[in-house]
Amino acid sequence: MFSWYYIEGILIQSCYTLLIVLGLSILTGYTGMFSFGHAGFVCIGAYVSILCTMAFGLPYWLSLIIAGLAAMLLGAGLGKITLNLKGDYFCIATLGVGEAIRLIFNNLQLNINVGGKDFLLDGAKGVASIPLHTTFKSALVIVIIFLTATALLMNSKHGRSMLAVREDELAAQMSGINTFRSKMLAMCMSALYAGIAGGMMAHYFGYLQPKMFLMTKSTEYTIMVIFGGMGSITGSVLGTVLLCALPELLRAVGDWRLVMYGLAVIVIMIVRPKGLMGGKELPVGRICRAIGRVFTKKKKDLPPPDGGSVGEEASV
Amino acid sequence: MGIEYFLQQLVNGICLGGMYALMSVGYSLVYSIMNFSNFAHGGVIMVGAYVGYFALTALNVPFLPAFLLCGVGSGLLAVIIERLVYSPLRKRHAPSLYFIISAMGASIFLENFVIATIDGTPRNYPPIFDNRINIGGISLGVDSLLMIVVSAVALLILMFIIQKTKVGLAIRACSYSEKASTLMGINGDLVIFIIFLMGGVLAGFAGMLYGMRFIVKPTIGQVTNKSFVAAVFGGLGSLPGAIVGSVLLGIMEIFVASFNSNLRDLFVYGLLILVLVIKPSGLMGKVVEDKA
Amino acid sequence: MSDITFKHHDPNVMLELWHVTKRFGGLTAVGDVSFKIKKGEIYALIGPNGAGKTTIFNLITGVYALTEGRVIFDGTVIGQGDAIIKDDMRETDVKPFRKQPYDIMSRGMARTFQNIRLFKSETVYNNVLTACHAEADYNIFQSLWRLKVGPKWLTKYYYQEKALREKTEELLKIMGIWEQRDMIAVNLPYGQQRKLEIARALATDPKLLLLDEPAAGMNPEETLALMDLIREIRDRFDLTVLIIEHHMDLVMNVSDRIFVLNFGKPLAEGTPAEIQSNPEVIEAYLGKEDDGDGDA
Repeated sequence: MFSWYYIEGILIQSCYTLLIVLGLSILTGYTGMFSFGHAGFVCIGAYVSILCTMAFGLPYWLSLIIAGLAAMLLGAGLGKITLNLKGDYFCIATLGVGEAIRLIFNNLQLNINVGGKDFLLDGAKGVASIPLHTTFKSALVIVIIFLTATALLMNSKHGRSMLAVREDELAAQMSGINTFRSKMLAMCMSALYAGIAGGMMAHYFGYLQPKMFLMTKSTEYTIMVIFGGMGSITGSVLGTVLLCALPELLRAVGDWRLVMYGLAVIVIMIVRPKGLMGGKELPVGRICRAIGRVFTKKKKDLPPPDGGSVGEEASV
Repeated sequence: MGIEYFLQQLVNGICLGGMYALMSVGYSLVYSIMNFSNFAHGGVIMVGAYVGYFALTALNVPFLPAFLLCGVGSGLLAVIIERLVYSPLRKRHAPSLYFIISAMGASIFLENFVIATIDGTPRNYPPIFDNRINIGGISLGVDSLLMIVVSAVALLILMFIIQKTKVGLAIRACSYSEKASTLMGINGDLVIFIIFLMGGVLAGFAGMLYGMRFIVKPTIGQVTNKSFVAAVFGGLGSLPGAIVGSVLLGIMEIFVASFNSNLRDLFVYGLLILVLVIKPSGLMGKVVEDKA
Repeated sequence: MSDITFKHHDPNVMLELWHVTKRFGGLTAVGDVSFKIKKGEIYALIGPNGAGKTTIFNLITGVYALTEGRVIFDGTVIGQGDAIIKDDMRETDVKPFRKQPYDIMSRGMARTFQNIRLFKSETVYNNVLTACHAEADYNIFQSLWRLKVGPKWLTKYYYQEKALREKTEELLKIMGIWEQRDMIAVNLPYGQQRKLEIARALATDPKLLLLDEPAAGMNPEETLALMDLIREIRDRFDLTVLIIEHHMDLVMNVSDRIFVLNFGKPLAEGTPAEIQSNPEVIEAYLGKEDDGDGDA
């Protein structure tokens, strides 16, 4: 029914979307700040990375790092001026910035010539024939690295401070937590992730247009975070993979798939507002151990070596 | 060029601003009581534009009934969205961000529902008022003048309801404190029903005016985000703020567009960021202070 | 901005308010309040509802900016308004400033809230663990290395986190909520939420603990137990305690000195015995209580 080529496409898309959602999960799920302009960071990352590879001939991995850093810089600047805004106003500001970034690229005309190579960036028409560097393997490796790093970081004092900001900012301050710094860290990290993912996206599609970064995209990322469950990394993974793959698998129903998507969002908000995981994590460690146990059992057919059984053997 | 051109652009700006005002009061009304940005409003406006389009083309009704039909259609839709989407959240006292997400979901739903059932192609309204008149040497389209008049009348009626009637008093009371007002015997559900109805009716009018002036397409909802910017500019939650902000934004946008039409959207969002950095409460918004 | 410290500061004074005034628009919430809290003391702030007690807490902790006056914490100025009174002379040429709340708190202050503010959807354990962050100084990159082995600069996370967890365990045990450690904070019974809030406050290693109506909503037995607990933690952690309270029994029994506030103005200061016999206080505050409010 589906060719591997098609499935691989969905998987690559899931990978870079997961990276974006992971970053957004730090900002929204852990720190409690909603961003409706995240597509803007992805946009910056995408353009910066193709500028690196196409105009300056830098290697793909380096272009991703530069893309991430560029987005992070922008995130830091945006954070500096908006992080003290209360409630809705922060997310309105991100909405404005996201749209503004897209509109800037919509109007930007660039024609650079470096070392005899032409690089043409033509506003709304975008850029074509970008080298296709993003493979499923590289995307998977990147995502796994960031997934692990995020999981570790969130389980440290930095992650806990972010959660405290989400739960009660004043109480967090009164516990001596520099809430501005925590929010800034969350902002920078999520922008970094989005920038890198933008680079991966550009080198997967092979073309780039500003209209790929509409506000609805930002909304979709936020919805994935909510769908998976705020403050849960495994939830973000589940949410992303499901919501990324679902519309693709439902392509048969054509235009109706986004109708169902919208409907699903509303139903989730009403029925299960805490998302799939409800702020908890899938017990990854326990599952791995359980799987491991199943395998060792099959091989050796012995009970797991815990204290009790050893004692019994000794007594026998 | 010269004074005539300037006046013509000014009228265009007021015309656009009036349309924004019809849209932004919907955002502001909802924000003033429920404290969230109702992004489904764009979808309601879009449906209004489609109702107007089909009334004019398929049903062949004249302008005025079609116009009223838009109001009825959008008003009903807004109320239905409130009942089905927000009401369950309200009962649970969900945080305002859940409302925003639901609103986004509703907006995605509406947009794609229209694409799936009708189609995604932009449509043009049949010409209704395409003659122009001369006032003091300035040539103005009748439709522009009509838009200004219609917006002004609709907004005046709204202000009258808010300021002079018992319902308006209840709305104003709820915008200070919904909790206290419900304790004083005001039916909070009814007030919310009314603000959604009023916001929806005006959104329908705005949708039709938008369709007459530009085109009808399912993604109008994204364009109407600019009216949301106007609401923020004027001060979220303040009705006079929304109106003043909209008119000012409309005028500024037209003048920026006459300077360089590519920059008009960029200008609007740039202004949004500027307002949020300098004065987040906008021109006339209420300032909320955190209490320990 | 560098700190303003005093060379000749009395080392026995923990917190000092200098003619502190706070106005909201035209309303004077706190007017010309001065007091000194000695180290190791349990100092109580009492007064009828709306007397400005919580406002004083918010001024001390930097939530609000001072209008006039100065707050000195352990010899360092942590906030001042645009006028201060020094030796009965009014100086108006003063640069007002306010330190960030987190900065003030991390200098050795901690507080609880009148309307309990916990990290609601987190576990009891994590509430306290989150607050003990100050002793760990590993950065984001160091938090990625979880192993015990490795060069010293890399294993910071392991050893510091271990210390934090031990401290959390100790605090939860002292407050008697160790059994409930895996419960979600908001699901705790009311009295235990109060205790958790105190545990969280202690996690920041404070020198000065501000308690805002810690016995609110507690029954008489719980209140008695709380009194013992406050004395115990004072002695155990070598604390100075500033307490706002409505329960008269609690205040009179537990505190060394009492400051009475009425409509934002200071009314009296003294030992519990002095306060109980002060006619003005009885009229403004205790008198009403004696009429049978049931609260006393």
